[in-house]
Amino acid sequence: MIEVRIHGRGGQGNVVAAYLLATAAFEEGRHCQAFPSFGAERRGAPVTAFVRIDDNPIQRRCQVRAPDFLIIQDSGLLHVAGVTEGLKPGGGVLVNSPRASDDVAAETGRPTIALPASQLAADILGRPMPNVALLAAFLTITGIVPVDALGKALGHRFKGDVLERNRKLIDAAAALVPAGLWREAAHA
Amino acid sequence: MLEALEGSQAVARAVAMCRPEVVAAYPITPQTHIVENISKLVADGKLICELVSVESEFSAASVVLGSSAAGARSYTASSSQGILLMTEVLFNIAGLRLPVVLTCANRAVSAPINIWNDHQDSMAVRDAGWIQIHCVDNQEAVDTSIQAFRIAEATELPVMVCMDGFVLTHTLETIEMPDQKLVDKYLPPLNFSRKLDPRAPLSLGTLVGPEHFTEARHSHHAALMKSTAEILAADADWAALTGRSCGGLLTVEGPEDARTAIIIMGSTVCTIREAMSVYPTKRKAKLIKLRTFRPFPAAEIRAACEGCKDVVVLERAISPGAGGILGVEVKAALMGMKRQPVVHEFAVGLGGRDIPLETWPRLMDAVARDGEPSFSILDVELEKLPVEER
Repeated sequence: MIEVRIHGRGGQGNVVAAYLLATAAFEEGRHCQAFPSFGAERRGAPVTAFVRIDDNPIQRRCQVRAPDFLIIQDSGLLHVAGVTEGLKPGGGVLVNSPRASDDVAAETGRPTIALPASQLAADILGRPMPNVALLAAFLTITGIVPVDALGKALGHRFKGDVLERNRKLIDAAAALVPAGLWREAAHA
Repeated sequence: MLEALEGSQAVARAVAMCRPEVVAAYPITPQTHIVENISKLVADGKLICELVSVESEFSAASVVLGSSAAGARSYTASSSQGILLMTEVLFNIAGLRLPVVLTCANRAVSAPINIWNDHQDSMAVRDAGWIQIHCVDNQEAVDTSIQAFRIAEATELPVMVCMDGFVLTHTLETIEMPDQKLVDKYLPPLNFSRKLDPRAPLSLGTLVGPEHFTEARHSHHAALMKSTAEILAADADWAALTGRSCGGLLTVEGPEDARTAIIIMGSTVCTIREAMSVYPTKRKAKLIKLRTFRPFPAAEIRAACEGCKDVVVLERAISPGAGGILGVEVKAALMGMKRQPVVHEFAVGLGGRDIPLETWPRLMDAVARDGEPSFSILDVELEKLPVEER
């Protein structure tokens, strides 16, 4: 089973990100589970969401305390206590940041990839929503399911021009990250 | 069709497939996405139904009381403080023996203010005279929602479908959604025997003096006790159509000769089920998944606990000043058994506290310790309290 924890701020589409990632896995025939950490969400407040992906039906419903991967939608949260807590040995951190991956890795002390997700989204969607770009990068780096599955998952939510722009964003984000770099960790 | 759906959305669609004629709900906190999604289905023309957005849960319950009495298939949903505000009407709906279906997205009750999951709300209306059925996952929530209309209409008793707030309502997971044709086949249109109809007038809810009130209560109790047959039949018929059973009144998983049993209601069943395989303990244990809390299946619980030395009851609500709630009922059910098991009541996950896999070995350690009180809150962190309150 793969367990992912998503950290962001209210308004960044954290729960949607969790639902999209789980739905992408579902599109590829995997079992999935996604849920928020159930805060009384407010715009700007730290929000956590969880995703589980497995070949078998998922039983446990507790929060993800020892994630295989972290997706951080707001790099400022890296300085909040507890955000990287519990990350499994060999696990990776994907961060929304315009900085170089090595720079951010020096702060996290863990394998880290940085992606300017907000900027990409602002350029392509016209809104700095980092979630779809990060998910495209995440699937590209880990190979958990093909990145096309994310497009399919988005197809349940959007259509027309919005869907087209999101597909462009997926391609742009996927091109910026090393494909398959964390494949081993994702299939361990 | 297999879909990845959020629990609330799936339940909304399941309810819509039952073709309710009236849905009334208070749309603000502590409401879930269930009625929001139903209102979307109505707005999109996918569900033809009178949707009444009311100004309070008291009114929501009152509207479905009236519409049900008029013979319309009626549905509402709420949780927590909302259930409590409905309370007076919930007793009336049950006392009038109206086939209303309500989803309770189980949540804690204030104060202190808390919006998260436990079972305090449905426990607070335990004695209202409703059938109460708990779901362990969103598949069961979908299937039970459909079964609930069938049970309510066959028994002329209201049914409360209890599903863990957030843990199920806000979780997206893989769910098999039934086909509309199949639901239509399973659930015929409602033809309520005592509907208020000006062409055949009758009175409902009149004053009943001491000379008949006792008989009314007896009749209500007897109807609840008898409803087990319909709960079982509704599940069996659904299983015959879909291949999915929700487990009737209760189900027992694990080795038959186990000397330890754990009784759980709701989604914690799934976490403990996995924990039992992740943390194999020295003692063999079986899991009793309790689905029906009202009517309380005492005989079935007794049979399931036969041969057990210890029975652990996981409490998701408490009765301050007494202890557990479910545990007391389990103890009563086990009274007089030849070799009566020791019942250990442990409350966990109050107000949304996470229930991790390690809960299982902690429970087994606590059971093994001598001199433990029969009720305690397993995951309380006493160091957070002033010494005099520990």
